[in-house]
Amino acid sequence: MSYREGDPIADTRAPAGPLETRWERRRFAARLVNPANRRKLTVVVVGTGLAGGSAAATLGELGYNVLSFCYQDSPRRAHSIAAQGGINAAKNYAGDGDSVHRLFHDTIKGGDFRSRESNVHRLAEVSTSIIDQCVAQGVPFAREYGGLLDTRSFGGAQVSRTFYARGQTGQQLLLGAYQALARQIHAGTVRSHPRTEMLDLVVADGRARGVVVRDLVTGEISTHLADAVVLATGGYGNVFHLSTNAKGCNTTAIWRAHKRGALFANPCYTQIHPTCIPVSGDHQSKLTLMSESLRNDGRVWVPVQAGDDRPPNRIPEDERDYYLERMYPSFGNLVPRDIASRAAKAVCDAGRGVGPGGLGVYLDFADAIERLGRASVAARYGNLFEMYQRITDEDPYQVPMRIYPAVHYTMGGLWVDYDLRATIPGLFVIGEANFSDHGANRLGASALMQGLADGYFVLPAVIGDYLADGPFGPVGADAVSEAESAVRDLVTTLLSIDGDRTPESFHRELGRLMWDLCGMERSEEGLHKALDRIPSLREEFWRRVKVTGSGAELNQALEKAGRVADFLELAELMCVDALHRTESCGGHFRVESQTADGDARRDDDHFAYVAAWEFTGVGEPPVLHHEHLRFEAVRPTVRSYK
Amino acid sequence: MKYTLRVWRQTGPTATGSLVEYEVDDVTPDMSFLEMLDVLNERLQLAGDAPVAFDHDCREGICGACGVMIDGVAHGPGKATTTCQLHMRQFDPARPIVIEPWRAAPFPVVRDLVVDRSALDRVIEAGGYISTRTGAAPDAHALPVAKPDADTAFEAAACIGCGACVAACPNGSSMLFTAAKTTHLGALPQGQPERFTRARTMVETQDDLGFGGCTLTGECTAVCPKGIPLSTIARLNHDVLTAAMRGD
Ligand SMILES: Cc1cc2nc3c(=O)[nH]c(=O)nc-3n(C[C@H](O)[C@H](O)[C@H](O)COP(=O)(O)OP(=O)(O)OC[C@H]3O[C@@H](n4cnc5c(N)ncnc54)[C@H](O)[C@@H]3O)c2cc1C
Ligand code: SF4
Ligand code: FES
Repeated sequence: MSYREGDPIADTRAPAGPLETRWERRRFAARLVNPANRRKLTVVVVGTGLAGGSAAATLGELGYNVLSFCYQDSPRRAHSIAAQGGINAAKNYAGDGDSVHRLFHDTIKGGDFRSRESNVHRLAEVSTSIIDQCVAQGVPFAREYGGLLDTRSFGGAQVSRTFYARGQTGQQLLLGAYQALARQIHAGTVRSHPRTEMLDLVVADGRARGVVVRDLVTGEISTHLADAVVLATGGYGNVFHLSTNAKGCNTTAIWRAHKRGALFANPCYTQIHPTCIPVSGDHQSKLTLMSESLRNDGRVWVPVQAGDDRPPNRIPEDERDYYLERMYPSFGNLVPRDIASRAAKAVCDAGRGVGPGGLGVYLDFADAIERLGRASVAARYGNLFEMYQRITDEDPYQVPMRIYPAVHYTMGGLWVDYDLRATIPGLFVIGEANFSDHGANRLGASALMQGLADGYFVLPAVIGDYLADGPFGPVGADAVSEAESAVRDLVTTLLSIDGDRTPESFHRELGRLMWDLCGMERSEEGLHKALDRIPSLREEFWRRVKVTGSGAELNQALEKAGRVADFLELAELMCVDALHRTESCGGHFRVESQTADGDARRDDDHFAYVAAWEFTGVGEPPVLHHEHLRFEAVRPTVRSYK
Repeated sequence: MKYTLRVWRQTGPTATGSLVEYEVDDVTPDMSFLEMLDVLNERLQLAGDAPVAFDHDCREGICGACGVMIDGVAHGPGKATTTCQLHMRQFDPARPIVIEPWRAAPFPVVRDLVVDRSALDRVIEAGGYISTRTGAAPDAHALPVAKPDADTAFEAAACIGCGACVAACPNGSSMLFTAAKTTHLGALPQGQPERFTRARTMVETQDDLGFGGCTLTGECTAVCPKGIPLSTIARLNHDVLTAAMRGD
């Protein structure tokens, strides 16, 4: 499938002038809504992760009438709960030279110069308030003996700016947001609708005016109208079927908003995490992340000889290839995520992978145990070793771990301007669901920061500027009935096909295809192949899918089928985007665009832009709108980790 | 390997349910318990039958969505483990596995193994938070927290809200869940101003919702996947008493 060129995006609503004061000036210029008028304004917030939970709670505190939705049985279970490592903030508590400017700079560079300076600077500024806010809520961050907060360095950062709560940072931050939300639910400013899935966006007179949802328990389809709609529905990594995301993570909310007119930006930017537990068989339902911190002491290697199937302990030193140390002598095992992932794939593709199917590399702690002693290694990584052993039945103190890269995060998402507005007026998108701050690659511990920045501080400060024109009056019955019947038709169709394949089997097939052809490495040939196969898989889905039961009950197969249907459409746009971007940057590696040493070659002359795609119909060529990126504060340079 | 399952099937909240026997082939020791159920569900769907409904999301022991009774034990065999963290190598193929939903009056069955645990959200809404407004916080270092207090808070904050404690309790009490939250917040200096009223309102709310009274049988902590200790309940009882004495 090809695409068409559209007009460039003219306005991102970012104030001009000095970078350091843009946010302050924007906040000051944003109109306010009189407190007495706020309760007359309804805001729908879909999603209760860090972004949606914090936004709904804060908008409730401000006095808006908030409706909150999630598909889990409780807002506390959103996927953010699973984040392990930590959250960045430019507090400089470690006194090691961190600053807002440094965090800004690292994030722009980490994003491989494909993000917007204004947004990233604001993110770095706001980061410090997040920590204050969370501590006030009682988030139990790790502390030193003196009672002050502890920080660590994460993902190759040169400063210690990552705050953490053992290996459960996401859980503790989410519980903080959930508790703030619970307080507002109790106060009556927020109404919570768990086990409710958004299936369409209501657009009337050019504005986003509500959502069509399905009650997952009764199957009832209904519409909730509002003056503004906020999507905080997370990332779409599950388009690959296997990923570190929770099983229910999906693209439905943002994809259906895209089909209603919201532009989708940089869909091909996906992050692959190098240290996950390898797939153990066809039954595999998800992948488990092992913390990146393991690479601080573990050494990555594979046998020198392809097909060497001796147990690792019997492979002598000189027949092992510590390939990261060999290829990147100065960073060694600590090279960034994308480089470590690609190197693992390369050695496995060369037949040197280990474990079932040859899709794994060793992460060996033998040297660390000898150097530090078993007790110190246990103190650092004991819980991770235990988790590994529980899943694989192998003892990492005795046998090296086996790891393999897995899909982890999606940098792409709905396009938003500086005020987090999508291209449909009244539609706001926050957290992983938008594309805004991470460019082509996200730094470790920065997703939690972005989700909470958007939800606690940015959205509440700018949404008033839009709502100041409201309430927007009644919504025409046509817009509602059109959206509702579209949803009903979809449900009816899915239930009536009565084919011979489960939704799961299509998801698995799509995932494999995407992983092979639009995963860690993308080539023109492979992407053409994918673009050939996706439409026929989609056609087969609508012919052969089997969904049992009815629409008027709890029906998990039906939920799954709807999500897979959307993944089958999104996958095609991801491949179109990946094919058109003939450079390599961040999480997007095109085999045609590499240096003689196999490193990524970015092409700033042709690709220093955000690719924002407009939907024109399923299987129809989308329209590409460019948002040109300008770098005033940081000059694009080439990353080098040699 | 081949396993025999006896699974609770119930089509809706008011329907009567029963145990139905299934055989599942091609199970490998590396499969997780939920992946084994996935295999069963694929087969049921292809045969035109309704798959077994069960709650799950993260599948790594942190979201608290999963949870069933396996052979009468909440979250099944294995210490400090959620249902999703079990692997088939822990089960003997020679013995049938009985799988049932949580059973407690405030947790009505929704379908098959899925129950409605929203009563736990109501308990938190009654006071399981520190009342602070976004943007009003002082610098995080303005308030040091002694390490032992921080550790106590953290240990209790690890609760994932799965409800296993309620399911395991002969009285259907949610005391361990509630105590985990009051201990988390009550151990921190930030949580002091509301400490006693919080304890009182949360306990009153759980009573109103129909959770049973706590007689310290300890069944809860034995199945708790996060090892929330019984000492949190002692702390909660102390706080409730103090609230009564102070008239909070
Ligand atoms: C294993 C793992 C570890 C991670 N560790 C870290 C880390 O250490 N540091 C870091 O910064 N980042 C980390 N990340 C990334 C980070 O956790 C996520 O990017 C972030 O939590 C996303 O938050 P969110 O609020 O945008 O969305 P989510 O938390 O994904 O929430 C999405 C919400 O939307 C709801 N929803 C979705 N679709 C619908 C629909 N159609 N209808 C109704 N509701 C819907 C869901 O119910 C949910 O409430 C990690 C990610 C993974 C997978
Ligand atoms: S106390 Fe333990 S068993 Fe009870 S809800 Fe919390 S984690 Fe689950
Ligand atoms: S599925 Fe999340 S804890 Fe089991």
